[in-house]
Amino acid sequence: MKTVRIIAIAVLLLTAGAVLFANYLAPAGYEQQFRELPQAGPSAHHPLGTDDLGRDRWARLLYGMRVSLTLAPLAALLTTFLAGLVGGLAGYFGGWTERCSKLLIDFVLSIPWLFLLITVRAVLPLNISPQASVTVTFILLGLLGWAASARVICSGAKDLMKSEFVWMARASGFSGMKLIRLHLLPNLRGALLAQFWISIPVFIIAEANLGALGLGVSEPLPSLGSLLRELQDALTLRPEPWRLLPLAVLIVVISSFQVLLNKGLLNKQEVRA
Amino acid sequence: MKRLSLYSSIVLLGCLTALAQAPGPPERAGVARSGVEGGGELRFCLRSEPKTFNPLLVEDEASETVRYLTGGVLVRVNRVTLKAQPELATDWKVSEGGKRIRFRLREGLKYSDGTPFSAADVAYTMQQLMDPALHSSTGDAFRSGEGKLATQVISPNVVEISFPAPVANLVNLFDTVAILSAKSPQKEMAVLGPFYVAERKAGSFLILKRNPYYWKKDAAGKQLPYLDSVRLDIEQNPEIEAMRFKRGEVHLINTVSPAIFEKLSADSISVRDAGASTDTEQLWFNQVPSAPIPAYKKAWFSSTNFRRAVSEAINRADLARIVFRGHAVPAVGVVSPSNTAWFNTGLKPHPYDTASALHRLQQDGFRLQGDTLRDQSGNAVEFSIVTNAGNRAREAMATMIQQDLRKIGIRVNVVTLDFNSLLERMTQSFNYEACILGFQNVDLDPNGQMAVWLSDSDNHQWNPRQKSPATAWEAEIDKLMKAQAASGDEHKRKQYWDRVQQIVWEQEPFIYLINKDALVAISPVVKNAQPSAFRPQTFWNVDNLKVELPTQAQVR
Repeated sequence: MKTVRIIAIAVLLLTAGAVLFANYLAPAGYEQQFRELPQAGPSAHHPLGTDDLGRDRWARLLYGMRVSLTLAPLAALLTTFLAGLVGGLAGYFGGWTERCSKLLIDFVLSIPWLFLLITVRAVLPLNISPQASVTVTFILLGLLGWAASARVICSGAKDLMKSEFVWMARASGFSGMKLIRLHLLPNLRGALLAQFWISIPVFIIAEANLGALGLGVSEPLPSLGSLLRELQDALTLRPEPWRLLPLAVLIVVISSFQVLLNKGLLNKQEVRA
Repeated sequence: MKRLSLYSSIVLLGCLTALAQAPGPPERAGVARSGVEGGGELRFCLRSEPKTFNPLLVEDEASETVRYLTGGVLVRVNRVTLKAQPELATDWKVSEGGKRIRFRLREGLKYSDGTPFSAADVAYTMQQLMDPALHSSTGDAFRSGEGKLATQVISPNVVEISFPAPVANLVNLFDTVAILSAKSPQKEMAVLGPFYVAERKAGSFLILKRNPYYWKKDAAGKQLPYLDSVRLDIEQNPEIEAMRFKRGEVHLINTVSPAIFEKLSADSISVRDAGASTDTEQLWFNQVPSAPIPAYKKAWFSSTNFRRAVSEAINRADLARIVFRGHAVPAVGVVSPSNTAWFNTGLKPHPYDTASALHRLQQDGFRLQGDTLRDQSGNAVEFSIVTNAGNRAREAMATMIQQDLRKIGIRVNVVTLDFNSLLERMTQSFNYEACILGFQNVDLDPNGQMAVWLSDSDNHQWNPRQKSPATAWEAEIDKLMKAQAASGDEHKRKQYWDRVQQIVWEQEPFIYLINKDALVAISPVVKNAQPSAFRPQTFWNVDNLKVELPTQAQVR
């Protein structure tokens, strides 16, 4: 297992490095069209060949990872914050606060998020940059993704509020922010971290889904989602296996997150035991 | 989160399952039956469920296919010669400049249920078709003026139809009018065409069987059609359709995308490029005065110089070569060069010339500052192009145009919207700046485009529903279109329509980009196929098609 973890960490570090230094590693801009070389195979100039419009696939993969792997953690942070806020308050106060929070959670869970995203995309101003558009998409994902996590946090907070050490803290005069800061948050950290790590691959895939529907990142900006759209041409895939690389990267990165997440949860269980 | 995860899994798996979804191995049952009986069963796919079986109410492509295969018409336009040929009518005479038409009908014909056919059925069909309460788009083509249509059954085999005003291209319009029975208890399901609808499973398939009473015979006196039946599978995914074609489960594909065409072609599978189609793809700017866009942008969009500069900065040859992989030609204008009867041969595609584009812009006070084009007031020239999400060819064209226009300092934002949102912006709120969409021009006659070119029309996309023409050239187009519609003189009509094409070429309210080629796939087991660039490309001569599957010995 240790080897797998090391590999996972190495993959994530490599990915982070590639994303950070995309400007240096990419042989051309992600939007540059080499019109004499559309659908070219791998070569020294274009390690992964070119896409239908003659754009360098390797450059698009690097910049696509930058978009997806930067914004997905930010959206995950937002969703974890909201989950912690709503779930934590519900668990801490209980009573009508908890009932109202659960109503809100049920409401958010019942929203058909795909249609909401399509609608929001449709009402956004048309003249916004692709970068702004993709940021809005991830913010929306972050704003919509917290509800299920909030339930977990609420349940954890309620358990904590019934625990002996919290009773003792309260008997000692701890209340409000001090109780939350010193006792609740440290004990909810594991659950919050788990929600954060789970959310990252979920948002990457969600953006990929929007991309598959043609509603993700605007051209010419690439993302893992827009790169995955090319795989819709199942019939034309077989002779060009290098086109599967974005999918492979996505699977490897998500799997690496998963390995680290599992390790984190195991560690936590060991500590508790 | 579960919802997200579940959906994620479904869509990701969708790509992979596309490979596996196509059912079954090549039809061994078909091989066993090969060539033993009749002309076999022809199989191909419809993109959607037909919305209606009433031939007078057809609007969608699937219903149109069923109408073509089942409906008996008075005349049929040959898709190769583009001439009207007698079908149920043996001959006809147009009089009063297109106000009146008299048909002589074949004798002794019967509908698919055995009901006899007579002139009364033609009169009944025309009355039904022109009933305003029916809202038939097929009937709209015949509406040339105020007043009612009159039909007169002169004898069981002769009928005369009178319209309130002359109807241009009158004979060819009957190509889309399937004659209903006035007496049959089966109503519109009783047909005079080569097939009738025998079986239907909603969302899955339709089976059309050979009409036992079909009137047509081949040169040897054998009753047509040769085919025993036609199976129409409903399949939305063109990738799966192509895979089924490769496996031999379907025999025809009417519209093949360039990518699939190349793939099938590389695999030595029978695909054909039938030449430039009549379909157009165009870019236009929103010129609606009440549109919620800044006034300075409205001024750009209504400038002929601006539109022509944008047009000249677009490399159409690259669009045809890259997006359509060479299976398209740079567009000249409203009429495709393949429509030889109506194309204005004096026109040529707009050249790709960035220097000329910049010169035109300078005439309107635009200037290039660094890499940014600015108007007289110093506003940077930037606009968005919307198109429908999921149409990859249009998205690719928009992306290439984005790069082309960057060369003359114009920034373009490409926005894909789901079709309903796009339609709402185009027709209700007018909240867009430029749009790329295409037209499927089924009707080759200029009359088929009346709804686009009349300034008070809903489909006058750049500025619809005008109370009076906003510009002098739109007023002239209105006049010319009405004149050609009212004229019975084909030569004059061509002159009027040529002038319209000339004005459109000069003013470019639509910046025509390319004309796609009609790419089709026809299995070698289908005999007598003569693909055409005009709809229905592969099965327009369905009467003569045969499916001859290889015998067991040939398979071995």
